[in-house]
Amino acid sequence: MNNDIVLRVEDIHKSFGDNEVLRGVSFDVRRGETKVFIGPSGTGKSTLLRCINQLTPPDRGRVWLDGEEVTNSGARINYFRQKIGMVFQNFFLFDHLTALKNVELALLKVRGMGKAEAREKALNELRQVGMEDWADHYPAELSGGQAQRVSIARALAMDPDVILFDEPTSALDPELTREVLEVMKKLAGEGMTMLVVTHEMGFACSVANEVLFMENGVVAEQGTPDQLLHDPQYTRMKDFIGRIDSRLGD
Amino acid sequence: MDLAAFTFDILLPALMQGLIITLQLIACSAPFGLAFGIAIAVGRQYGGGAISWLCKTFVFLIKGTPLLLLLFILYFGFPAIGITFTAFTASVVGFILCNAAYNAEYIRGALISIKDGQMIAAQALGMTRWQAIRHVVLPQALRRAIPGLSNEFIYLIKYSSLAYMITVIELSGAGKLVATKYFLYTESFAAVGIVYLVLVTITTVAVNILEKRVAIPGTTRGTTAAQL
Ligand SMILES: Nc1ncnc2c1ncn2[C@@H]1O[C@H](COP(=O)(O)OP(=O)(O)O)[C@@H](O)[C@H]1O
Ligand SMILES: [Mg+2]
Repeated sequence: MNNDIVLRVEDIHKSFGDNEVLRGVSFDVRRGETKVFIGPSGTGKSTLLRCINQLTPPDRGRVWLDGEEVTNSGARINYFRQKIGMVFQNFFLFDHLTALKNVELALLKVRGMGKAEAREKALNELRQVGMEDWADHYPAELSGGQAQRVSIARALAMDPDVILFDEPTSALDPELTREVLEVMKKLAGEGMTMLVVTHEMGFACSVANEVLFMENGVVAEQGTPDQLLHDPQYTRMKDFIGRIDSRLGD
Repeated sequence: MDLAAFTFDILLPALMQGLIITLQLIACSAPFGLAFGIAIAVGRQYGGGAISWLCKTFVFLIKGTPLLLLLFILYFGFPAIGITFTAFTASVVGFILCNAAYNAEYIRGALISIKDGQMIAAQALGMTRWQAIRHVVLPQALRRAIPGLSNEFIYLIKYSSLAYMITVIELSGAGKLVATKYFLYTESFAAVGIVYLVLVTITTVAVNILEKRVAIPGTTRGTTAAQL
């Protein structure tokens, strides 16, 4: 893994009315790294990801991609958003388009690619996630796991520098979860830089370079999976994991 | 004169002439009514500030004005401010305004019904708001607006008869002229009614075909009733 910093998040603050959701979050992401974010719901994990690509503009703080400022970038934000892929809990595939067209659309309209080239690239991305046989199917004809894989292909098609995953498997049952996590593991192995909000501790421990535990709008603890498992100082993170494990054990 | 001679030599030729005018009125109004309806709905929903207010006010004013009054204003009132329309043009302008305002309401309802995630996902890929509306939200919303839009089109077929009130001899007017000249009201108006019914039937069938063709596979709308 190379050591250069691809994404820098600096002191992000965000409130919705009186609700102070993010209270100063900072971290650096090295190229090829996978960071996993865990924490109770409502602590601002989704808001943090949306602040990174400015879908929710932060009140304070800055985001840098490859040394260029993403915050306050005006119309250039549309360039940065291509380079910062995003995968959502509920997939958000374009319902009126086939899997192939879902992946093609931004290539044609945003990147201005020609039809033949866009199609070839889109098919290639679908192949990456094992969905090329489903290219002509519509979202309503796909299982959740298949839909999520198509949405990953859609993000990959823009050749992003980093992909943000917001609980990509939380809407899926265990078997479908596994097929999506397999794809994500493969991407991590191929050197994709990823920020992943998830409750899948198995995935976190085997893939993450670092796990960040968020609570009350700040990163309360952070460390490698190894530290997390063996170092007694990570009490709050352990407590939280204990709680989600016992919930899963029910 | 016997009824057959009246029907074939007088009534039907007159109605045919009127029908051609009616079809011309519809053909000149409907495409613009749809285009402006889309523009007004998008402007109201996404335009923000002044644009949104303008679109809203336009719809409010048109909804609040009887169409007949609107036609009177356009035909009899506008010459006073230096704008003179032929009766046909005044009718078409009135129909476009009316059709656009109601279409806009159906389309806006459909725009609101498209989940936010569609717009968010499009913007997350680097699309501008306009690109997201154009390529993601509108294509879905227009499909959902088809039942409302077709209803409005059927109204247009029928309210095109108001053009007669500002001297355009369209289908209803042609029927009225024949009826009063020959004192055969029942026969004439029954024939006119049948022609409108045929127009509405054709529209209904065409809309059903259109809905099936643009239905999105896998959704309930894309499934035929027999499969449900
Ligand atoms: N658009 C919004 N408007 C108002 N409040 C919001 C909005 N988005 C998120 N919130 C609030 O911010 C808090 C954090 O939400 P979120 O970032 O979704 O947390 P998490 O992803 O960690 O569960 C919640 O209290 C939520 O209600
Ligand atoms: Mg969340």
